[in-house]
Amino acid sequence: MSYSQSWLTRPFTERSTQIFLGVLFLAVMVVSVLHLVMPEGSALYVSSYTVTLLGKYLCYALLAVAVDLVWGYLGILSLGHGAFFALGGYAMGMYLMRQIGDRGVYGDPTLPDFMVFLNWDSLPWYWHGFDMAWFAFIMVLLAPGLLALVFGFLAFRSRVTGVYLSIITQALTFALMLAFFRNEMGFGGNNGLTDFKDILGFDLRTDAARLGLFIATGIALAVGYVICRAIVTSKLGRVSVACRDAEARTRFLGYRVERVQLFVFVVSAMLAGVAGALYVPQVGIINPSEFSPLFSIEIVVWVALGGRATLYGAVIGAIIVNYAKTVFTGIMPDAWLFALGALFVLVTVFLPKGIAGLLPGLKKKTDDESEAPTSGKEATA
Amino acid sequence: MSIIRSLKQLLIVCLLSLPVLGHAQANDEQAQSLLTQLADASYAQKGKIAGEIARSGDERARGWLEAFSAGKLAKVEDSGKFVIVLSNRGRNWTVQDALTGDDLGEISRRDLDTIRVNNSLRSEIDGILSVIDLTVNDADKRLEAARGLRGNVDEAMAKKLTELMASEEDADVKATLDEALAIYKVEEQGDIGAVKTLSGSLNSEARAALNSATYSDDPALKQAAQDALASIETKLKWNRAAETLYFGLSLGSVLVLAAIGLAITFGVMGVINMAHGELIMLGAYTTWGMQQMLPGQPGLALILSIPAGFLVSALAGVAIERSVIQFLKGRPLETLLATFGISLVLQQLVRTVISPLNRTVVTPDWMSGSIMVNEALSLTLNRLYIIGFALVVFVGLMLIMRKTRLGLEVRAVTQNRAMARSMGIKATKVDIMTFALGSGVAGLAGVALSQITNVGPNLGQNYIIDSFMVVVFGGVGNLWGTLVAGLSLGTINQLLEPWAGAVLAKILVLVFIILFIQKRPRGLFPQKGRAAEG
Amino acid sequence: MKIKKQITAGLSALALSLTVSVSAPVAAADEGPIKVGILHSLSGTMAISESTLKDTMLMLIKEQNENGGLLGRKLEPVVVDPASNWPLFAEKARELLAKDKVDVIFGNWTSVSRKSVLPVVEELNGLLFYPVQYEGEESSENVFYTGAAPNQQAIPAVNYLMNQVGVKRWVLAGTDYVYPRTTNKILEAYLKDHGVADDDIMVNYTPFGHSNWQSIVSDIKTFGSQGKKTAVVSTINGDANVPFYRELANQGIKAEDIPVVAFSVGEQELSGIDTGPLVGHLAAWNYFMSVDTDANYDFIDKWVAYTGKEDAVTNDPMEAHYIGFNMWKEAVKKAGTTDVDAVKDAIIGVSVPNLTGGYATMMPNHHITKPVLIGEIQDNGQFSVVWQTPSTVAGDAWSDYLPGSKDLISDWRKPLHCGNYNVVTKSCGGKSEVAAE
Repeated sequence: MSYSQSWLTRPFTERSTQIFLGVLFLAVMVVSVLHLVMPEGSALYVSSYTVTLLGKYLCYALLAVAVDLVWGYLGILSLGHGAFFALGGYAMGMYLMRQIGDRGVYGDPTLPDFMVFLNWDSLPWYWHGFDMAWFAFIMVLLAPGLLALVFGFLAFRSRVTGVYLSIITQALTFALMLAFFRNEMGFGGNNGLTDFKDILGFDLRTDAARLGLFIATGIALAVGYVICRAIVTSKLGRVSVACRDAEARTRFLGYRVERVQLFVFVVSAMLAGVAGALYVPQVGIINPSEFSPLFSIEIVVWVALGGRATLYGAVIGAIIVNYAKTVFTGIMPDAWLFALGALFVLVTVFLPKGIAGLLPGLKKKTDDESEAPTSGKEATA
Repeated sequence: MSIIRSLKQLLIVCLLSLPVLGHAQANDEQAQSLLTQLADASYAQKGKIAGEIARSGDERARGWLEAFSAGKLAKVEDSGKFVIVLSNRGRNWTVQDALTGDDLGEISRRDLDTIRVNNSLRSEIDGILSVIDLTVNDADKRLEAARGLRGNVDEAMAKKLTELMASEEDADVKATLDEALAIYKVEEQGDIGAVKTLSGSLNSEARAALNSATYSDDPALKQAAQDALASIETKLKWNRAAETLYFGLSLGSVLVLAAIGLAITFGVMGVINMAHGELIMLGAYTTWGMQQMLPGQPGLALILSIPAGFLVSALAGVAIERSVIQFLKGRPLETLLATFGISLVLQQLVRTVISPLNRTVVTPDWMSGSIMVNEALSLTLNRLYIIGFALVVFVGLMLIMRKTRLGLEVRAVTQNRAMARSMGIKATKVDIMTFALGSGVAGLAGVALSQITNVGPNLGQNYIIDSFMVVVFGGVGNLWGTLVAGLSLGTINQLLEPWAGAVLAKILVLVFIILFIQKRPRGLFPQKGRAAEG
Repeated sequence: MKIKKQITAGLSALALSLTVSVSAPVAAADEGPIKVGILHSLSGTMAISESTLKDTMLMLIKEQNENGGLLGRKLEPVVVDPASNWPLFAEKARELLAKDKVDVIFGNWTSVSRKSVLPVVEELNGLLFYPVQYEGEESSENVFYTGAAPNQQAIPAVNYLMNQVGVKRWVLAGTDYVYPRTTNKILEAYLKDHGVADDDIMVNYTPFGHSNWQSIVSDIKTFGSQGKKTAVVSTINGDANVPFYRELANQGIKAEDIPVVAFSVGEQELSGIDTGPLVGHLAAWNYFMSVDTDANYDFIDKWVAYTGKEDAVTNDPMEAHYIGFNMWKEAVKKAGTTDVDAVKDAIIGVSVPNLTGGYATMMPNHHITKPVLIGEIQDNGQFSVVWQTPSTVAGDAWSDYLPGSKDLISDWRKPLHCGNYNVVTKSCGGKSEVAAE
């Protein structure tokens, strides 16, 4: 691969990125057009229920891409990415709560409903500013980004690696979950934030707003994907792959490993935050269960299922697992966990490279160097 | 306290044959009328009628009162006959005629009117029965009865107690009776002399009495009570500290038990076993199954569950190893994915095959209640057993790893698989055995946990994250590390809890783990040598 | 507060005199079977409580079909699994309403799942019957609350302890989420109104699934040994109860000394506990399996036959579904259609028998009337009723003991047609667009 191009344009010259962007663009276009043009009742009509559902899948896909960036290319198995996702979601949720204004059930102009009925008399300081969209949107990036920066700084500086790193990311998200469950924190406790009315002046309950959010998610996924590709194909990306495969050697070669790790980790956290922010208005609720360690493990499972260190594999994995969930919980409510569990086991045993491993054409072209490591060298990391 | 309860039940059996309630034989007519009065009375009057029944001199009275107190005295709707319910489960109840003692077989619950009882009546009846118990020959039983009386003495009883005390020979019983009387005197009469009797007591009823005396209008009494309380308070402080330590150790031993199996499958073999929690769950369900198979013998069932739980989980472990994990050699990460799938399947399997509801696991008598060190410090028995059990399991595992051939081979294979194989060790067999051992120990944890928490499909999920924390905090691959980590995390948590609250304590422990790992990136006891870099 | 009471009373009287006339438009959708959505978790943490409610609904629907269905049409259950995942609840509710086009939904257990579903049901104009006791502070046009509001459970229970048992010191222990928080806020205000000092109230919150109760139980023991009768009011949720009660028993806290009255422990929860050491602890509900009425015995017989398990238990939320289903059925019959708006109007004022020997009536605030029963735990996992309210109590959507809601009332009949009417400002607060309809 030549390094003459600028890092930003390089991804667009890759075939896999072109195909990915093309498929994504087409899918979003087709769904939007069918939703708008087709009459309701027609077999081809895409209902707003489906649009929102697809929007949710795309949010998960972006989250999976963020996880794949650190896991696939940096060798950090984060079991706590749900925390960044949820923080982004809460930032958005707080904005949406403030937008409700005096339309809450108690009609209080500033305090959200849950604060009124738990007798809060004024808005906590950290809720200020979230009535302004620009502030909230910055916080969507800043809150997870800062957390990742502080956490990563501490962890990478003292060279915490492997399972130790994985488990403390898990401890992080677990601690945050418990904290957000506490009603004293002022984030609505277990009920979380819900009953949103509108976003940027558009009524969330209209089909137009739904479609708009869906398209926005599609764009976010495309941008996120390109950013990740740009990183992994840049020199920085090559260093991070080196860190993944032989951290000590890379260090001895003179690279500041912890800086690379920190940078990629923070970018990944911000992407997860954006995914969370887009997720919340589409599903209509944010609650501490998104911090649950099991959810974070599930994200890793999507990535592994789709194919690690490919990025598009993460997207495929996230969409397939969540689609399977939607279908199975509807058609076989009593037994869907059997199907899902079996899917995980079978894919692991029979498809070691995930579903992406089944796409040979794409594979050869892009992942010559950043092949997912299959040796036990990286231990349990 | 259920020791007391079961002792009481024993006592009742002994007492039924004793004509302690009087000598006159009352006729059935009188009995029927008394019971009818009891059935029709309001709660307020029932106590009085119960007293009448006790004084009626009928030797069956004790049985009626016991049954009434347990909510098992009933009237058959159409015949008006009174019956004692022997078994009250399901829709048809087994009953016995209250007057004749004849077995009446099963009667539909629809046709029975239970004579209702409530808490205050129950304690009133307990008081009546305790006074009777004070006259038995066995000093231990008298002591139990006397202890039960503290805080429950009323005027009529006080007289009786003073009489009994005079003839009491056992010093402990006498002291306890004295205390019971003193509590009554402080509370009801504001007796300063009685305050002195109570001044060294750690009993909570005594403290309650003294506390109420501090609100007295009499300044002398008030002062005396305050002084007595102050002296009690210093004693209590030490007891509380000891109690917190005990709580910490017991929570710690639960963590150790839950984590130690994982310390083998994950720590030694490197399998990120997300199904570990479900292996624990299987152990707990085995206990339940055993108790179902041996109805009426929960203790025996529990003991048999120890080998059975080990076996069930170990076999499940072998099945997991053979069917999935062996194909993932050299891909430890993917074990996370596959075992996560297995854990989902196992959970849903239990939901579908057994029930989504929690199952009842009975605590055998010898495990319930507590050992009283002194009045303020009692060690709960189930937790004491679990601390002991955790230590036994730990020592057993250490012995296996250090002193047996299997242990040697396991260590060899973990340290250098290729070398071990070339020395003639069958690595595959060792893998199976190791995984079975780790899984079996998880099953043991399940047997123990069934005694303190829910036995349900979610049991495993509640422990999996804590288990990983403990293993990692202690240092992966080090059993000592797991022991120390479990016990210290448990103790830290319990030390924090009184002032931080349960949620914040847990958060602080997690933050502590995160910060600790920054300081020591390989846990408390890092593995040394080449294997550590792997 | 007084004004509010008067208005409520006046409106109720008005309701009784109103006859609901409904035109029954026969749309194309009125052929085929009537679809009944069932939205209860069958997997995840809530499956333990919710899966029996799914079976209850299936039993009721089967029975109705055997009796000829409704409006001459069969009922068809549509079961989905929201898997104890709150966003998934919203998604599944949307699936039921938009894709499966169900006529009514019976579902939810936790508050958060209801809050998650609420906007969807309102947007798509569905009908939701919610069968669990909850914290109140809500009244939606599209939701019918067949479980207890705080005034139908918590306050009568505290009254019982205060007046009949003579409790002077209170421990309010709960799981840290909205229902216990709100209930405890209400109870604290109520207790203080009745002269209980701050020092005599201890409030404690624990996380979900809390399993290590040693120090809290020890604290309760210490708190209870101050010379005044003490009781614990427990809003501890689900799974945390087993270790809690075990710890109580092991530390020797007997019901005679410190009774625990629980609002979330029913027969089903007790079926997972050895109740021998718990005899005498209390629970407050609107139904107990041990209630001595023929309707109840018949219901139990049917349930045992349906599940095929001799030891199957019934509980309060099951009765709530029984009442809710029958109310909906009556309202559909009255309206002659399953059309949501028609049913919504028709159901107010509908009375159906409950299982405790009385009647439940749907009030204009979409809550129902219920008797309040206090039961003591028996050694067979059942409750023995020791006290009950002399008559039924109407559910109050907005608590009189919270400053934010004491001026609010709810009445979904025209002309008021408002879920949160403020009697002081004389305006329908918040959702003005709904009120403007």
